[in-house]
Amino acid sequence: MGGIPHDHYEPKSGGEKWLYSRLPIVGLLYDTVMAPTPKNLNWMWIWGIVLTFTLVLQIVTGIVLVMHYTPHVDMAFASVEHIMRDVNGGAMIRYFHMNGASLFFFAVYAHIFRGLYYGSYKAPREVTWIIGMLIYLLMMATAFMGYVLPWGQMSFHGTAVITGLFGAIPFVGEALQTWLLGAGAVGQPALNRFFSLHYLMPFVILGLVILHIWAFHTTGNNNPTGVEVRRTSKADAEKDTLPFWPYFVIKDLFALAIILAVFMAIVGFMPNYLGHPDNYIMANPLATPTHIVPEWYFLPFYAILRAFTGDVWVVMFVEWISFGIVDAKFFGVLAMFGSIAVLALAPWLDTSSVRSGRYRPMFKMWFAVLVVDFVVLMWVGAMPAEGIYPYISLIGAAYWFGYFLVILPLLGVIEKPLTPPATIEDDFNAHYGTSMAGGTSAATPAE
Amino acid sequence: MSDEDPKGTRRDFLYYATAGSGAVVAGAAVWPLVNQMNPSADVKALASIRVDISAIEPGTQLTVLWQGKPVFIRSRTAEEIAAARETPVEDLVDQLAENDNLADVESLATDENRALSADGTWLVTMGVCTHLGCVPLGNDGDFGGWYCPCHGSHYDTSGRIRKGPAPRNLLVPVASFVDELTIQLG
Repeated sequence: MGGIPHDHYEPKSGGEKWLYSRLPIVGLLYDTVMAPTPKNLNWMWIWGIVLTFTLVLQIVTGIVLVMHYTPHVDMAFASVEHIMRDVNGGAMIRYFHMNGASLFFFAVYAHIFRGLYYGSYKAPREVTWIIGMLIYLLMMATAFMGYVLPWGQMSFHGTAVITGLFGAIPFVGEALQTWLLGAGAVGQPALNRFFSLHYLMPFVILGLVILHIWAFHTTGNNNPTGVEVRRTSKADAEKDTLPFWPYFVIKDLFALAIILAVFMAIVGFMPNYLGHPDNYIMANPLATPTHIVPEWYFLPFYAILRAFTGDVWVVMFVEWISFGIVDAKFFGVLAMFGSIAVLALAPWLDTSSVRSGRYRPMFKMWFAVLVVDFVVLMWVGAMPAEGIYPYISLIGAAYWFGYFLVILPLLGVIEKPLTPPATIEDDFNAHYGTSMAGGTSAATPAE
Repeated sequence: MSDEDPKGTRRDFLYYATAGSGAVVAGAAVWPLVNQMNPSADVKALASIRVDISAIEPGTQLTVLWQGKPVFIRSRTAEEIAAARETPVEDLVDQLAENDNLADVESLATDENRALSADGTWLVTMGVCTHLGCVPLGNDGDFGGWYCPCHGSHYDTSGRIRKGPAPRNLLVPVASFVDELTIQLG
């Protein structure tokens, strides 16, 4: 795979040759694991491994949980309690799965913002970025449906609110919502089908992850300088890269060990910290919990959804110009999905010729504000929609759209970027000195 | 194959016919897979229920589950009726009655157009906030009617939206008196 020149797998023994001429799968795995990787990758390039690990963790714990779970409105809540109390080790398995979702989103946000800062989304990596965005959307759908399954109060009323988003679409909304739920309201049909889809989607994600890896192995990894690996010859490429195994695998596993230590502490000592007590009350269609909030990883987008109320002039203007078809409710829904759409369109909105934010002095500041904005939106999404909070959400939402639709396109024109190093080797040597590169061959670093 | 470029040949016809019938077959195969997600016969069968209202004291409400959704059946006090009837329609966010019992969908949201009984005692509305579907709390909010805890919508004693993000009044479902103490929903 890939355009970076490197050594390919050569079958040696008779058995290897026999298999290779029939199914070259060992070669495929060899080329994937030995992929030439820029040697200046920093610690923000560890999230891929963390995410892959978490996907496997969720699939394994999920399959095990299904052996004890019953997707029925009368039995779902009890079967989760059965897992918690009776099944051998069930409580820990469920806590791993529950908090695994949080780890998944924590890592994916770090991964996405890494990509935003270092311009990983830019040509030629747009397809990698788009596949990543599809994975992110599927992750959100999977996490949402998984949250319904315990059939607690938050599960039930959260589902009513989220499927209500589809009901806000003009003309077809109500029929669409009924189709999604299989009834006029949340009930047995919804629980049953969400269970089915919650089981399916992780495998779709797995397939997309393979495409994601295939895509960036074709273009090569981005790196903190944004400078491409030299492809003029294998010798040049080897000055800029090291094979993924063992150099990056060991580094990534070290980072994974540290992250898992924190994760284990959360699972072991505060497994419900990120959840809501209301979800340990069985679903009751006749009473809504006093304060419905989604899980923390949805909060920034939830804040954007709530930011656009009927008294915001943009909303009033759009309602007027669309003859009332786009009302405040539908506007909020559009804003929420739009906030993810502009993220996906970043490769075409960013006009700068320099890839990495490291060499873009103005971009750096705006990017820092975007990170703060994301955290503020997350905070304000958990607050009640009263007092000062709607204004904070509105400012936060405005900046989110402003960053992608105004700042990114304009910066490429008005900013004067610094000059990135000519090669990855130069950047590496500037950090670690030429002695570290091991004299004659850059492919043999200090052991 | 001849050298001339044949237009509209038998081969083209077969190509389009095959692709066309392929599309029809694919559509016919996909539709049942889509349609199976629509409400099933047993879900649709639970269309109407009868509710005994003899135990509802004035100033309180009964919440019943109908078609999977809560319905508020409220016995209103004289003050609540008066408050609802004194409110001019011009002050309302949603000036339509939103009452499925009325033939005219353009009917104005006067309390008379929303209450089930002519004297205004009985008000039957869906217990579903028109914003995003939470269940509003009774005897609450700035207008003495309902308050939705999810995103802060305030409804008055006629179930009309007065403040907050909800766009419409609480919907009035199809309902009728079977006898003095029994209401049929649906």
